[in-house]
Amino acid sequence: MTVNGAACEVDVPSNTLLVDILRVELGLTGTHVGCDTSQCGACTVHVDGRAVKSCTVLAPQAEGMQVTTIEGIGTTEQLHPMQAAFRECHALQCGFCTPGMIMQAIDLVENNTNLDNRAIREGLEGNICRCTGYHNIVRAIQSVAD
Amino acid sequence: MAQAETTELENGIGAAVRRREDLRFITGAGRYTDDLTQPGQLYGFFCRSPYARAELVSIDCAEALAVPGVVDVLTGAQMVADGLGDLPCGWLVKSKDGADMLSAPHPPMAAERVNYVGEPYALVVADSILAAKRGAESVVAEFSELNPVIDLATATHSEDIYPGITHNLAYEWALGDEDATRMAFAKAAHVTTLDIVNNRLIPNAMEPRACLGQFDASSGEYTLYTTSQNPHLERLVLSAFVQVAPEHKLRVIAPDVGGGFGSKIFIYAEETAVIWAAGKVKRPIKWVAERGESFLSDAHGRDHVTHAELAMDESGRFTGLKVVTTANLGAYLSTFGSSVPTYLYGTLLAGQYKTPNIYVEVQGVYTNTAPVDAYRGAGRPEATYVVERIVEQAARELGKDPADLRRMNMIQPEDFPYETPVALVYDTGNYEASLDKALELIDYNNFEARQAAAAEQRKRRGIGFACYIEACGLAPSKLATELGAGVGLYESGEVRINPTGSVSVFTGSHSHGQGHETTFAQVVSDKLGIPYEDIEVIHGDTGRMEFGLGTYGSRSLAVGGSALVVAADKIISKGKKIAAHMMQAQPDQVDFQDGQFSLQDSNQSVSIQEVAFASYVPADYPEDLEPGLTEKAFYDPKNFTYPAGTHVAEVEVDIDTGVTTLVKFVAVDDFGHIINPLIVDGQVHGGVAQGAGQAMMEHGIYDEYGQLQTGSLMDYCMPRADDLPDFDVDTTVTPCTHNPLGVKGCGEAGAIGSPAAIMNAVTHALGNKDISMPATPEKVWRAIRGE
Repeated sequence: MTVNGAACEVDVPSNTLLVDILRVELGLTGTHVGCDTSQCGACTVHVDGRAVKSCTVLAPQAEGMQVTTIEGIGTTEQLHPMQAAFRECHALQCGFCTPGMIMQAIDLVENNTNLDNRAIREGLEGNICRCTGYHNIVRAIQSVAD
Repeated sequence: MAQAETTELENGIGAAVRRREDLRFITGAGRYTDDLTQPGQLYGFFCRSPYARAELVSIDCAEALAVPGVVDVLTGAQMVADGLGDLPCGWLVKSKDGADMLSAPHPPMAAERVNYVGEPYALVVADSILAAKRGAESVVAEFSELNPVIDLATATHSEDIYPGITHNLAYEWALGDEDATRMAFAKAAHVTTLDIVNNRLIPNAMEPRACLGQFDASSGEYTLYTTSQNPHLERLVLSAFVQVAPEHKLRVIAPDVGGGFGSKIFIYAEETAVIWAAGKVKRPIKWVAERGESFLSDAHGRDHVTHAELAMDESGRFTGLKVVTTANLGAYLSTFGSSVPTYLYGTLLAGQYKTPNIYVEVQGVYTNTAPVDAYRGAGRPEATYVVERIVEQAARELGKDPADLRRMNMIQPEDFPYETPVALVYDTGNYEASLDKALELIDYNNFEARQAAAAEQRKRRGIGFACYIEACGLAPSKLATELGAGVGLYESGEVRINPTGSVSVFTGSHSHGQGHETTFAQVVSDKLGIPYEDIEVIHGDTGRMEFGLGTYGSRSLAVGGSALVVAADKIISKGKKIAAHMMQAQPDQVDFQDGQFSLQDSNQSVSIQEVAFASYVPADYPEDLEPGLTEKAFYDPKNFTYPAGTHVAEVEVDIDTGVTTLVKFVAVDDFGHIINPLIVDGQVHGGVAQGAGQAMMEHGIYDEYGQLQTGSLMDYCMPRADDLPDFDVDTTVTPCTHNPLGVKGCGEAGAIGSPAAIMNAVTHALGNKDISMPATPEKVWRAIRGE
């Protein structure tokens, strides 16, 4: 598969989860595991351009796919607009849900038009944040959608 | 020059500085405990009790040890054999008869008995997490089941869980004047009574607890990376009580920590067992909780059953408050579990009101459930829930406007300092100012129009208030230790000006989302006139700062921030001596402002950076002065701080489905001076969301066998983005009178005020029919139908 634009090959048991390939095999620890039950969304990455919970994808399913993680969307010198918006709007506190939240938010903005407050909130239904009460996350996403 | 001044101002006290820690979090460069890996690292997995109460008859590890990859299996019995101590409770509460509380022995891993589902009894260590899990499945433990005590309401007349602790009572604590309160009720014109339950909550920080323990045999040094809100306290307990290692040979590091909300204050079985095991197997061991383990073994929150009575005179003035609470402590007294339903609860029952007579009794009860300890607000949400629910109920019974009834009973600005009948002295406040602003923001005058519009959509709209107060900035050490605390509650800080003029700031506070790296730099920049960008804030490592008590009870800024101000003042004081020497004058002729030491009545000045350099290169230097420009301070607060405010909730209840929607929420809080309004607003948003979760969704439920029925995020309902509205938050300011920043603390207010406000709104919508939290659609639907 391709991860953050670079071809990569890993030899892992077929029951290995994509998130473990990313975190353990490739050292991309920006993608987090928060719940083990596909509820929290901290492990959200992009697979072929769509937001996917990487704790729910088996390694063979990702074969040949384009995977993008939080490390692949921007740098501290050149932030992705969504990263910049999260910082500008104080849309993160402890930062643990943030990578997954940003990946979900990018998908939301890229694949929808005329996003309003309600649509953004519904679009975040699969990502839990315990710190921010979502208020500033919604504000950040709205600022990029606009 | 003008440019530089503007820059400083932009990043000083009061500026909405964008957080510097964000850069690593938004790029995936944050380093949480699970992101760390050490050479030769092993993985730990715990065997946990499937029973709520049982004898642990035997453990057979032979089969597990034969699993490929398994390195060792360590048991509770081995910990006992190695002479490790129990996990202590850090706050001794005394019963009303003067007797000490009764502590159930709490071994880090069970050796003879298990007392709640999820209690660890063995640790399997293997070269992969998969092998560790396979090994754990192969550990054969034989249990002999005993009758568990689960139901809080009947726990005191169930079988005794522990020999010598009769009726499962850890303590029967009381506060206030019982006789005077009884007299007040005898003379009352009206008495309102209320029976309420404060539901058990499971904290669920998004980062599960984790630790990585390592031992260096050549030096005898242990290093523990762990998800802690207070690494020094962790080290203190592990060395002084559990005796894993001597304090100077144990380094505890709390790296980036993904939320705490109280649940990462406590010293848990897992890190204790892991650091001990790392010493035994002489290889690093990492343990990361699965979410299911977090549900079972993180300390839970709240879980009270309360009967309250409020006495009033003819005009509606409060004359007495009587409260009887049964508090669930779980199976063991967690680190601060004893203090939460007593000193952090009973002392807050005056609220914002001049109720002259208050008496509270609290039974602290053991049950075969996970230990209960501090969770965001810790005792103060429970107190606010009692006071603000019963005051709202009283208003409805008297036919008075709930805002008016509160207003006529509020402590007034001229009453401060105000001594309550429950042991606190409030230093300052202006409660009506917050109430007035909240009424304006919620557009109270037009509520009835909104209610009528909702009715046309077959929805019942309700409005509810909570005028809360909290005691934060824990805590004056003398008072806290007199009341039973096992540690002082000061904080340490160090300001180190480096030879080139940059600054390293060390704090004993710990940030796990609060943004100290930004706000503390703002404070130091403001005090020393050094550019914000030149200041670095370091925290969370016992190897890098001397001591610290950590972050909880909204204490970081009020106590830790104050320590930094004192350290900065010491820097200025020493700097004046150096500057005076440089300008051939006396120190009392030197003033300091905006980073410049200037000679009075002259145009001479030297910058703090120049002074710093001179201090490290003391060629021409005051004779009696030590080189260097580093100062430390331990700040012990003189009183608690008392943030207070008004929260107002509006809900709409769907008549057909029972679904309750939080449609408006206004929070007006008085946190004293504010360092960074962006961060303060964020703290309130998050707290309100957690309070809304408690009021509308969250409930930790055990069945009669002590099995946790809400053991995953699929069963335990957490607030999600589409469950909540935007919040309308604002502040009023009465500066704290006794700390140098005039700050009070903002971390918990949202979770303290919102449950009462929301439930007052729900019961209002239901025509004053009372239901317990959480207001689930089923409960609300039944209430609408009069069931």
